Amino acid sequence: MADVVLKNIRKSFGSVDIIKGVDLEINDGEFTVFVGPSGCGKSTLLRMIAGLEDISSGDMIIGDKVVNALPPKDRSVAMVFQSYAIFPHMTVRENIGFGLTIAKTPKAEKDLKVQEAARILQMEHLLDRRPSQLSGGQRQRVAIGRAITRKPEVFLFDEPLSNLDAALRMDMRMEIGKLHHQLGATMIYVTHDQVEAMTLADKIVVLKDGEVMQAGAPMDLYHHPKNLFVAGFLGAPSMNFAVVNVEKIEGDQITVKNDAIAETTVHVQGRSFTVGTKATLGLRPQYLSIADERDSCMMGTIVLTERLGSETILNIKLSDGSTMIAAIADDQIFKIGQSVGLTFDADRAHLFDELPSASDAAH
Amino acid sequence: MTQTYLNNDRLRLFVRYLVLTLIAAIFIFPLVFMVMSSLKPSQQLLIDSGSLRAFLPVGDISFDNYAAAFRRAPVGLFVANSLLITGVTVIASLFLCSLAGFSIAILNWRGKAFVLSAILATLTVPFETIAVPLLLMSSKLPWIGMEGLELGWLNTYRVQIIPFIADGLTIFLFVQYFRDIPKDLVEAARAEGASWWQVYSKVLMPLAGPIIATAAILKFLVMYNQYLWPLMVVQEEGYRPVLVGLQYFFQLNTAWGEVMAYLSMITVPVLVFYLFLQRAFIASIASTGVKG
Repeated sequence: MADVVLKNIRKSFGSVDIIKGVDLEINDGEFTVFVGPSGCGKSTLLRMIAGLEDISSGDMIIGDKVVNALPPKDRSVAMVFQSYAIFPHMTVRENIGFGLTIAKTPKAEKDLKVQEAARILQMEHLLDRRPSQLSGGQRQRVAIGRAITRKPEVFLFDEPLSNLDAALRMDMRMEIGKLHHQLGATMIYVTHDQVEAMTLADKIVVLKDGEVMQAGAPMDLYHHPKNLFVAGFLGAPSMNFAVVNVEKIEGDQITVKNDAIAETTVHVQGRSFTVGTKATLGLRPQYLSIADERDSCMMGTIVLTERLGSETILNIKLSDGSTMIAAIADDQIFKIGQSVGLTFDADRAHLFDELPSASDAAH
Repeated sequence: MTQTYLNNDRLRLFVRYLVLTLIAAIFIFPLVFMVMSSLKPSQQLLIDSGSLRAFLPVGDISFDNYAAAFRRAPVGLFVANSLLITGVTVIASLFLCSLAGFSIAILNWRGKAFVLSAILATLTVPFETIAVPLLLMSSKLPWIGMEGLELGWLNTYRVQIIPFIADGLTIFLFVQYFRDIPKDLVEAARAEGASWWQVYSKVLMPLAGPIIATAAILKFLVMYNQYLWPLMVVQEEGYRPVLVGLQYFFQLNTAWGEVMAYLSMITVPVLVFYLFLQRAFIASIASTGVKG
């Protein structure tokens, strides 16, 4: 097992920078998830760690070796692809043992390792089948099996569950989590699915446009997002953003309001604001609650309701025309067109010193 | 309802087979004509050729034409020469052209687009235009053989093989095929530690069955049907291929029965090769291991 360290890693195609100086430390045995929207460079970064893409500048260190110039086979990494990439002309046994065959491992040892991988992945009965005779989930297991047998120091997963249906995806997600506990290996996992990121990761790295927006423990990112992008990307439904005016500052207590939201004081650390300027108030839908008109800090009309069983998602149009999403855990019945008051826990509110862009609003 | 669907399906199947049978018949008639004519004396052959009798084994049927063909020309030697020349060329061509295709389609190197364009440009040049310069070159090329250094390749097998090993069409077929193979398979093999040679030999070539069969059939037909080039470079009977051997039968009074017997004999290897590879072609259509 090994640490993976990225020092000012860059990747350029001509004059276009795809990865813009990434610094990252992934600890030995850590499950790290790269997450971000399409085109953010997460897969490119993973492929650079695997050795499938050249590094334009910077240092890539796996264990105690700088691996910039090393081919994939000398990096002690194994990769699982989104498309499975299992060899259609080989049986499951041959696929799982491919890396060992290439490494000219003695047959007895290879058989043992293939059996072991098959046992871990519960696919001993499938060893003599060909990929065409397997389901999507089974094919993905073969791909994982192929990665396990060589006992690499680092496992790389490139959106491994994207091609599976929802139910299978959840099963496989749990299996990958179990596998990490079982093997204790360093794993780097790329996904655009924040549920996978939140549930699997020891550390989440949020990427946007080839830059790391924030890296840290999942709940740390969830509760203390550094910027609007991270705040909007993590959490479902996405955080609500409202542009507000800064009315008063007392130490780290900032009072804000706008046309729809009554004066509210938010506790903020690490950001500076000026009275009279605009800021963005971030409210997670889960921390909004229905209140009487008297106790509410904003009023609106329900324009859409989505009952999910455990909670109801309300789409509420506020008096200034903006929209607030609220996730209400009660079994209360709501009607479209109903007027409701909303309140929120100020301790759970976020205040950002930037204004939302179109892409932040989209999350 | 189900019955109607069943009947419609059967009718559709019947019409499909009927059309296919008619097309097959059109293609097979010349072959039937050739074989039937080879069994008839020249006189009867000419009389029958105006009627449907030309396609039937009727009249004075015998294998006399075959015996006469063997007396007139060393058929066995010509067939053996052609099979040797064709076989070696096909195998060497598949190997070299697939490597070239692999290099262009999979590896990254500067100028490969230009090289591919140059290779494709060769497809537009008819062989006849380069035949004479090639003949002049071949007559002066050195060769280190069993008897040391020799000059000139004329009257050899190698002059009929080496110039045809690399060809633009075969390279292009492999380039296209390798480009269509999902990149993830190549990268997965690389990530598992495979060298480029192992990617080629253990992953891509085993998946290239259909294109190997196609390229082999095309190359076999071109090589087996060589006429102009061997006519130019081979004067000794010992190195002549089958089609040049056909000259032995065209004299003042052409014995058409013997010509047909000779053609029937030299067609057999082509049919066997084609049928054999056709099976390989169907068998090698592998299911993909990459989810699309």
